[in-house]
Parts: sequence; structure tokens; C-alpha cells
Amino acid sequence: MFHPNEKGFYGAYGGAYIPEMLIPNIEELRGKYLRILESDSFQKTYHHLLSDYAGRPSPLFKAERMSQHYQTNIWLKREDLNHTGSHKLNNTIGQILLAKEMGRRRIIAETGAGQHGVATATVCALMGLECVVYMGQTDMERQAPNVARMRMLGAEVRPALSGNRTLKDATNEALRDWIAHPTDTFYLIGSVVGPHPYPDMVARLQAVISSEIKQQLKEKTGTELPDYVLACVGGGSNAAGSFYHFLEHPSVQLIGTEAAGMGVESGETAASMACGEKGIIHGSMTYLMQDGDGQITEPYSISAGLDYPGIGPLHAFLKDSHRATYLPVTDAEALDAALELTRLEGIIPALESAHALAALGKLRFKPTDQVVVTVSGRGDKDMKTYMEHFKLTEK
Amino acid sequence: MTRLQKLFSSKKDLLSIYYTAGYPQLNATRVVLDALQESGVDFVEIGMPFSDPLADGPVIQQSGTQALQNGMGLEVLLQQLADMRPGITMPVVLMGYLNPVLKFGMERFLERCAQVGVDGLILPDLPLENYLEEYRPLFERYGISNIFLITPQTPEERVRKLDAHSNSFLYMVSSAAVTGAKKGLSDFQLDYFRRIKAMQLQHPAVVGFGISDNESYKTVCQYAQGAIIGSAFVKLLGQAKDLKGEIHRFISEVKNGK
Ligand SMILES: Cc1ncc(COP(=O)(O)O)c(C=O)c1O
Repeated sequence: MFHPNEKGFYGAYGGAYIPEMLIPNIEELRGKYLRILESDSFQKTYHHLLSDYAGRPSPLFKAERMSQHYQTNIWLKREDLNHTGSHKLNNTIGQILLAKEMGRRRIIAETGAGQHGVATATVCALMGLECVVYMGQTDMERQAPNVARMRMLGAEVRPALSGNRTLKDATNEALRDWIAHPTDTFYLIGSVVGPHPYPDMVARLQAVISSEIKQQLKEKTGTELPDYVLACVGGGSNAAGSFYHFLEHPSVQLIGTEAAGMGVESGETAASMACGEKGIIHGSMTYLMQDGDGQITEPYSISAGLDYPGIGPLHAFLKDSHRATYLPVTDAEALDAALELTRLEGIIPALESAHALAALGKLRFKPTDQVVVTVSGRGDKDMKTYMEHFKLTEK
Repeated sequence: MTRLQKLFSSKKDLLSIYYTAGYPQLNATRVVLDALQESGVDFVEIGMPFSDPLADGPVIQQSGTQALQNGMGLEVLLQQLADMRPGITMPVVLMGYLNPVLKFGMERFLERCAQVGVDGLILPDLPLENYLEEYRPLFERYGISNIFLITPQTPEERVRKLDAHSNSFLYMVSSAAVTGAKKGLSDFQLDYFRRIKAMQLQHPAVVGFGISDNESYKTVCQYAQGAIIGSAFVKLLGQAKDLKGEIHRFISEVKNGK
């Protein structure tokens, strides 16, 4: 029920609304991805790299002081401890193996916070493949450390100069590049967005998050099903991975948090569920922020990784079918949550992940509840923003 | 016979121009259209600007951004074109992306297109399969031709399928690229043109993307029934001081050489 049909639709959402130029590539991928992903040789290499290269399983940490504060049981799924500092590597390891299997030598990617760009540049270095990453100029400035990391890893970072110069614009440029390089290039998408089969493929590659949560929770509490799973939603890949193995278990409440920016009423927001309507973005039918003429509106969030006007089609479907709940979280709430986790548990989260943590204050838990929060990444890349907001450079 | 079918059954070496609605000024749409007809262009594609035109290169992107800032939108465009017939006798095709059309309402849009005398639509991000499943009956009801793209990578079998579902012409994208003027045509491109010509399709093909001048126009007309010039013309619009005069000069140069 939570898998797309063969045309890539989750209910009314998804599909592959792409120009004819991309159809041969997408058809090839659609024809091959399941067979490759499910093959023994892929599974063996993928799991080997996840454990020995990425350092998985990532810990499930009982956050005692947070638990006390919120009068419940809070577990942190530590994707911030994954190699390269976020969940993004789970997906890039999988897709790079797929790209190799399909004989592609040149890898392109889009990136917002730069975490997906870094994770892509990393696996390209590992495999010796050429790597071009598109990144909005605005994001290159606010996530400068990641630009340097990508370059050190040997990737070429190309600025996207249209629109607000953020993730949406970088994705447009990556798609244009793919149109211009139809035979040698693999487009390594960083989230559960884009035309079918990307949303399904990326969800499967991130599903390792929830399969580990199940096992770890069982070891630690005796039961594999938590009461809540919380994750932030940009395109929605860490959330899709965190929800995946719980989708068929209705007792598990699934909560996604989207970036409200200055607030859902402010016009300065990236809350595509709260403020969007059905439409097409980057080849997929989903919720997106648009004006009365069907023009996609420019999003805003303090967090580059959530600064996207659309959302993966799986989440659009989960929202409409009430299987998951999506809460908007403002910049200010996310900053507070980041500081709270840092001071209570000694973990500096990525700004994106801070949006998931901020939902803790918006929900009412029972003392017996088991609440899992996915900490999708670490905060190193956000230190510039944290320094400004928390005045860390003043004496 | 439709206006497009009549044109294609009566004339060779067709020259078509793509330009962005509402560019360089909001009210330029009709001025440019009239000038194109006067200068002897055979049919036009009018671009409906979109915020995220992922099949377009920098020139058309920039013109679309400007047009949106000027206030262009589907309703405005349809009003600007409302009295174009019968003065405009050549076929008029609208080209743009699916989201604004869906927001407007596909049926309402097709109905309005039919009312103003639009002949066809090119919606690059509406794939054939989605068209067949969801929208074909509406296009047929309002007599609007849906025009499909083919590219150098489109497999032969799919070219045949697109041909079978066409009712006017196939838009032959000249290379694997987004829109934008390029210099010269490669051997690879010429092979592709030859291959498509040799397929003897049921419908004529017109080559677009990367066609910019008399030389490229003449060359593709050896293989296809015509050529579409986009970015090179849009660039001219952006720089023109005397719109009408420069349009006439540009078209005359493309048709006759310097
Ligand atoms: C740490 C982190 N979390 C979350 C995201 C948002 O992406 P997604 O919603 O696909 O997990 C990003 C994106 O850059 C990120 O870097």
C-alpha cells in the first residue's frame, strides 16, 4: 500500500512528468533498479560499505536528560555519526553502486545544505568516478565548509544562479545537465523527490534507518515498535527512511517536521505541506508552494537542506491518507531546539535535524511512550549560523 | 484539415519562430506576432513563461523570468491573443510547462485556446503516456494538436509510437541539450536527421533547438520539413531598439542569407 505502482504513483502523487529528452534514461533506470537493488551482489557490497565504510549501524541513543525534560523516553537515531555527518551517505552508497552497474562514468548531483553533495563527492572519490555537484549560490555561501569539502574530495561544484539560488535551482541545473549528457551520466538525486523511480529508490536505500531502529529498540526495550518516530522533511529522505519499516504498523505515530521559516503565514517559508497545493515539481506530482498562476514560489528557511518548495510524493500521500502528520517548525523554534539538545546531551545537531527535535515541544507524550527522533546530521556545517544567533564569538 | 495540416501539406522549408510571451515588454506579444507574420514566417510557437523551465537554456530562462516580472501569465496571454484571428492566418502553437496549465485547469485552458484560435500545444513535461491516459479526449474535443518531441536518443520504436499519436508534426530536438543557440551542426546530428528521414514517418518533422541562422536553417531543411529558431530570436528581442524593423531584418537574413 505504501509502495508506488509501476508508474510511480503513490495514490495521486508521484509519476514521471519529464521531457522526452530524459525518457530513455528514466526508462532504463525504471527497468533495472529493483533487479539491481535486490540482487545478492548489490546487497552484499551495499551492506559491507554501510558497515565498514559508513560505520553503521548508527547508534540508537537513550537521551536521558531530554527524556527527563519531556517526561517520556526519547531515543536519538544518530545519523549524525554516519560517515560524512548525515544520513545522505546511505543513499549515495547505494546509487553509486547502481551507477557503476549501469556503466556510467560521470556523476551529477544537486545539493542544498551540501551534505548530499559531500556524500556524493565522497562515494565518487571512493569509486574513482567524475563528480559534478550543482549548488545554489546562496547555499554555497551559507554552507561554505561543505563546498570546501566537496572540492577537496575532487568534485567540481557549479553554482546555480537562477531563482533564490537554493536547492530548487540547483535541481533545475542538474536536470539540464542530465538532458545534455544522456548517455554517460548518472543523476544521483539526494532525496525522495524527482521522477519515478527516484522517490522509491531513495526510500529503499534510506530504509536501513528504520530497520536498524526496530532491531536496536527491540534489544534495548524488548519491543521493536516505538510509539512515535520524528524526522525532519526537506525532500523527505531521512523521514522516509525513518518511517519505512513502520508504515504498516499503525500504532507507530509518524511525525514529519517541515521548515516554516519565519512562519507559515509570513510568506517566508518552505512549508510545502502547510502552504502548498498539488502540482508538479521536478517531474513529480506532489504538494508544492505555488502562486495563483502555477508558478513555483521561492521558499525560505534558515536551513539550506529544508529550503525546498516541494516534498517527496510519498509524504504527500502519507499526509492525505493521514498515515503521517506533518508539523511546521520555524527558524526560531529550530534554533532553540538545537541549543537544547546541545546543552542537555552534548550533541550539536544540523539545523535540519533541529527541526525534528523542535517537534518534541509540540506533542504530548505519556511517560511510558518510546519516542524516536532521527538526528539526520551534525551541526558542524551550521556553525556560522549558530555563531551569529547564539553570539558565540562574543566574550 | 486543420491549419497546421494545411500548412504542412502545402509548403516545404518551413520557418518557425519561438518567442517568449510578454517579453521584452508585457505588450510585445502581439507586436512580435504581427511582425513575424508580415515578415513571412510560416508558424510560431509562443512560450508561456514558467518559473522553473528545466528544458531551457539561459537565454529563454532569462526571458521567462523577465516576462513573469512584467506580469505575464496564462490568462493575460489568452487575453492578448483573443482577437488575433482572422488577422493572423498562420498556425499558432503555445509552448510551456505543465504546472501552470494544470493550475489553470487543463479543460478550461484547452477550451480557451480553441476560442482564440490556438492550433497546438507543446508541453515538454507531459509525457506521451500521461497524455494518452488522462488528456487525449480533451485535446480532441477542443481540436488542439498535442505536439511531441523526439530526440537523438529516442529509440526507433518510440519514435514510431509518437508518430502514430501525432496529428500534426513532430518536434525534432536537434541534439541532447536544453534550448540555446549553437554554432554549426555535427556529423552526429546529421546522421540523426538522416535516420529519422529514412524512417518515412506518417507525420512531418521540424527541427528545433540550436538552429540560429540561414546556414543551419537551410541544412536541416534538407532532412526535415522545416526549422524552429528560438534562443537566437529571443536574444534579438532582448536587445532590439526597433522591434519591428529588426524582426524583419532577422527573418529576411534567415530565409535568404546575408
Ligand atoms: C542533515 C540533513 N538533514 C535533512 C536534510 C533534508 O533532506 P531529506 O528531507 O531528504 O532528509 C538534509 C538535506 O540537505 C540534511 O543535510
